[in-house]
Amino acid sequence: MPEREQIKKQAPARTEEVEVEDLAPSESGAKIKAELDELLDEIDEVLETNAEDFVKSYIQKGGE
Amino acid sequence: MAVPIVCGIETEYGIIVRNVGGGEVAESNPMAASSTLVSAYVSDLADQGRGVGRPHRVGWDFEDETPANDARGTPSPYAYAPEVESHLVNAVLTNGSRYYVDHAHPELSTPECRTALQALLYDRAGEEILLRSMRVAPQFMTPGTEIVVYKNNSDGKGQSYGCHENYMLSRALPFGTLVANATAHFVTRQIFCGAGKVGTELPGVRRDAVAFQISQRADFFEEEVGLETTLKRPIVNTRDEPHADSRKYRRFHVIVGDANMSEVATFLKLGTTSLWLAVVDAGAADRTHKFARAVPSLRAVSHDLSLSEPIEMADGSTMTALEIQWDIYRQCAAFAESHGLEAVGPDVGEMVLERWRSVLEGLESDPMSLAGQLDWVAKYRLLDAYRDRHGLDWDDARLRAMDLQYHDLRPEKSLARRVGLETLVDPTDVAAAMSAPPPDTRAWFRGMCLQRFADDIVAANWDSLVFDTGASSLRRVPMLEPVRGTRAHVGELFDSVTTAAELIAKLGSS
Repeated sequence: MPEREQIKKQAPARTEEVEVEDLAPSESGAKIKAELDELLDEIDEVLETNAEDFVKSYIQKGGE
Repeated sequence: MAVPIVCGIETEYGIIVRNVGGGEVAESNPMAASSTLVSAYVSDLADQGRGVGRPHRVGWDFEDETPANDARGTPSPYAYAPEVESHLVNAVLTNGSRYYVDHAHPELSTPECRTALQALLYDRAGEEILLRSMRVAPQFMTPGTEIVVYKNNSDGKGQSYGCHENYMLSRALPFGTLVANATAHFVTRQIFCGAGKVGTELPGVRRDAVAFQISQRADFFEEEVGLETTLKRPIVNTRDEPHADSRKYRRFHVIVGDANMSEVATFLKLGTTSLWLAVVDAGAADRTHKFARAVPSLRAVSHDLSLSEPIEMADGSTMTALEIQWDIYRQCAAFAESHGLEAVGPDVGEMVLERWRSVLEGLESDPMSLAGQLDWVAKYRLLDAYRDRHGLDWDDARLRAMDLQYHDLRPEKSLARRVGLETLVDPTDVAAAMSAPPPDTRAWFRGMCLQRFADDIVAANWDSLVFDTGASSLRRVPMLEPVRGTRAHVGELFDSVTTAAELIAKLGSS
């Protein structure tokens, strides 16, 4: 379908990289950075241990 | 003529069976697992001697189910209407909700609610019901295995399951007017109610062609209007099954939304939509935003984290999703002034307008400032920070795993529960809503009958209850008015009777 081809052209990975940089610095300040660091340390302990296997085995049937 | 907006939300949950502590279970069947989950919950209630009495007896009554009816008139012979699967587990709970197995997923439909805040409360109660089900299910399973449930909409591999909303509108509203105005909101509201997703699942497109997008669901929509929910999904669904007096009411069935972990996002999704539909229902919309091509625009908005991409409109102009949202907000605020907010509940209506405005302002100035309110922002911020710390590509399995784990319903595992999301409802109220019905719709009558007379009820559905009181024939009590059967309406009557037979006799004479 033409609309899909267009999306493919419009959204190469590079474009996303630019957007990521646009968004990230808006939260400046050491406090926010420290909070995020703390959160990342905390979640490291609860993350699924084998991400690859977990993602692979998470298979659903369509619903609705 | 405007009617009070009665609303509700139905969520299909992702489900997996695994070994305790991790690891896939070979040959697990999601349909069987979903049945185990629902049955385990119902049997746990019975063990506690509270709730649904002899719940297995109260079946779902399919007599009035007509999912193939099309709001546009004659159904298309090429349309695939959803099948009603009457053989699967179905439970009606004392809070007025329906908990059942739909295809290969456990699904919970909240009771009919009068406001977005109330529907949020019952959606949260639904989460707690699923969580409790997970906790009690292992006693019915192979030792060492467990069920884990996820409140999301996609497996990341091209399979999607839905979170549907329902709004009661007046039958007199022309369907075409509804479609055009609803579409404008559905394409653009995702900027605050999207749940966020790593990658894309568009067929024929590389998964990593999109790093991160706003909506879980946008990839799965292919039509602007239609009857289907599983194939060629439409932005506006035309299922015409009012579960109420069809001469007066229409039930607008919305399938385009994401399931939200954030209470603010769920509240805004239901609140802005019911308010906007009240405006449209009252004939008070002064500007309709028509897209040149709604389906590609739905995807483009989801893929545009900068919220600045122009959308091509039917008249040749362009607008951004934010601009369209501001204009829909403006019309709703004007409606509040001119008509009042009775249709959506005055206090909750004010709360919706206030939150809507502040979130649009936040999205305009600094989306990341909303990381404590919106799912897609919270998820993006977390995953981006993790990506940054470990130098990962967006397609890395660790980020995709975190995307899934964000939606894990177990508080000890859920990432959504760790990112500091603001809450709007009190946990004590959520716990109470697991068994008590909302007082101001017919769900109150349904719930109270189940609490008090479950042994005499042989079947239930949205708009009727069937009793067997030992008389020569079964008695069907119709409930075609969703705002009758409230506590205010039948509370005294309930207090004055001790048996179902008495209740029916008094209903007949009142």
